[in-house]
Amino acid sequence: MDEAGDIEGAIRSRLFGLSSRHFLGVAGLSRPESEALLDLADAFVALSRAPEKKTTLLRGRTMVNLFFENSTRTQLSFELAGKRLGADTMNMSPRTSSMAKGETLIDTAMTLNAMRPDLLIVRHAASGAAALLSQKVGCSVVNAGDGWHEHPTQALLDALSLRRAYGRVEGLKVAICGDVLHSRVARSNVGLLQLLGARVRLVGPPTLMPAGVERWGAEVHHDLRKGIAGADAVMMLRLQLERMDGAFVPSTREYFRFYGLDAEKLAAAAPHVRVMHPGPMNRGVEIESGVADDPRISLIQDQVEMGVAVRMAVLAALSHRREAAA
Amino acid sequence: MTRPNPPFAFVNARLVDPESGYDGPGSLVVAEGVIADVQRRPDLPALSGEVRVVDCSGALLIPGLVDLRVKTGEPGAEPKETLKSASRAAAAGGVTSIVLQPDTDPAIDEPAMVDFILRRARDIELVQVYVAGAATKGCQGARIAEIGLMAEAGALYFSDADRSIVDSKVLRRVLSYARGFDALVAHRPADPWLTAGACATEGEFAARMGLPSAPAAAERILLERDLTLAELTGARLIVDQLTTADAVQALRRARERGVRATATASINHLSFNELDIGDYRTFYRLDPPLRSEDDRQALIDAVSDGLIEVITSAHTPAPAEDKRLPFAEAAPGAVGLQTLLPALLALHHEGRARLLDLIRAVTLSPARLLGLPSGRLHPGAPADLVLCDLDTPVVIDADRLISKSKNSPFDGRRLMGQVLMTLVNGRIVHQATT
Repeated sequence: MDEAGDIEGAIRSRLFGLSSRHFLGVAGLSRPESEALLDLADAFVALSRAPEKKTTLLRGRTMVNLFFENSTRTQLSFELAGKRLGADTMNMSPRTSSMAKGETLIDTAMTLNAMRPDLLIVRHAASGAAALLSQKVGCSVVNAGDGWHEHPTQALLDALSLRRAYGRVEGLKVAICGDVLHSRVARSNVGLLQLLGARVRLVGPPTLMPAGVERWGAEVHHDLRKGIAGADAVMMLRLQLERMDGAFVPSTREYFRFYGLDAEKLAAAAPHVRVMHPGPMNRGVEIESGVADDPRISLIQDQVEMGVAVRMAVLAALSHRREAAA
Repeated sequence: MTRPNPPFAFVNARLVDPESGYDGPGSLVVAEGVIADVQRRPDLPALSGEVRVVDCSGALLIPGLVDLRVKTGEPGAEPKETLKSASRAAAAGGVTSIVLQPDTDPAIDEPAMVDFILRRARDIELVQVYVAGAATKGCQGARIAEIGLMAEAGALYFSDADRSIVDSKVLRRVLSYARGFDALVAHRPADPWLTAGACATEGEFAARMGLPSAPAAAERILLERDLTLAELTGARLIVDQLTTADAVQALRRARERGVRATATASINHLSFNELDIGDYRTFYRLDPPLRSEDDRQALIDAVSDGLIEVITSAHTPAPAEDKRLPFAEAAPGAVGLQTLLPALLALHHEGRARLLDLIRAVTLSPARLLGLPSGRLHPGAPADLVLCDLDTPVVIDADRLISKSKNSPFDGRRLMGQVLMTLVNGRIVHQATT
């Protein structure tokens, strides 16, 4: 009982209202605000590890997962986060809805909006889709990934995983490796990790690097060993299989040879290096199973756990803002 | 057109005539649909009683604008824009001649279609409507369209509009064949492979926004091919929408070799740059996409030094349902008939270009290129005229534009110059309500 009371107390004392009505990207976050979100998420980690995992913070609130793009883990993570906060959650996916009948994104959003949800979690294949929706609805919109643009809760969960592993993010050398060009995870992580004082490097073949990447404030490397030399953390990005058949890189085997992470290449990193991956992994393509599954170096399972906690923090902080405003 | 107006006399005007290079006080008489007299002094002696005198109070009197790149939705997509709504928008914007693009549904790729459009337009009796015919059948880039027959039916030039002809052999034959009729061919230079799927110009900004993008060099790559084919065939080429500094240099080199190429630029690319797409504003989703500020400045310089001879509105209506989408999924293009002149005058007020050079690029130059008698203040020329208050700021409210589609990137912007009166063949087709 005491422990449960402590957790509840920690959540109450760390709860705050976000400065913005929506959570669309790390681009709008300040350092104090992101740190406050991580502190709050820490409390939700404790809650999720307790036998009684539910709070009543979002009781009576309705949360809708609107996923236009397939995602099992992110959708599940948000759903679980909403449920643990006591919200009523529902899922809507395009293939089973009227989107297939030619209804536009905006029409779908307006229809949902008329049912007065409090939180709309949006994933869409087009950059800017969540921002577009947020202009048309009265509830709070959370970006669960828009095209190649942002995936801000992923960046938060990565930062939380790192902070819990090292006690800090400031000063950490983090190498983000692989398909940076098509990666919203990379864009959000570069923004947030730099905000929190980490030294970010980007590693990958030139065909998978965005134009002007040298001006992102990160070191850019095309050689994996050099790129991860001395790194505290190596974050591997998923490479879509259709991009490997000569489209962006010649073949899976050539990619693994030069950019896949195995124990031998990882030896170039710091001795205490931790390895991360946003999932789902292509084992044997961008990462070797031996590395991904080694509990001494892999943070991959932590990332999944932290995902639920940071999403709870974001939902709670958005909701708190609405209540404060009301 | 019917019902000729009684004679008009415009006095106390500021005349700008790109043909003579005159920019100064003057007066002008219109009779029987043509310009009857032009005087370089503010008043006219001995006017007969039947003449209607318009005191311009120093307002600008210029030839009506000739816009050689206008799209409507007719036929095939009338909810976007009809010939009538486009004609009304043109009249309100001081555009007295428009050339319609052939990529309609069905395409204007045979003489009966040219004739059909021209007849429909004639019944509207507002502005002069002309047609560009397709360069290839269905604008598909595979087989040469009936260029000779369409020219006979009145098509002014030939183009596949937004589509680049990928196959160099096809373009070579289109150019060669057109040369036999001394017909003009317009072509969009955009490397189709580099630009496939792109909606922005490659660079730091588009990368941060996570938008699929193509390098600006995609324009120069295809332009060099087009210019080389024009050189090979001796044909007359219109470079449809030059947008990059690199391509400007490529054109300059080709012109020095004597290649018969005339370049156009859209008012959008002279007015905006890639940063305007920030916040994913789809009214700035254009094809070609907006470029860097350096590119924009290079275009303005090229207009000033005469390398880019023609400015167009690139009028491309897209209704709300095609624009209220995520940026990459939204339809490209912007309406521009009503904002072309105020946007040009805003450029002039910025001090970046001479009034005479800007006006030439929307009047005399396109008229000469297309062999039209308009675009000049000369006795005997058609009385296609615009009276415009140069110094009146206007704030564009897209919802109040006449076009059926309201996709104006100038929405909310402060431009210069209120169109007071538009005349076509001496007949008033628009008059500002004050």
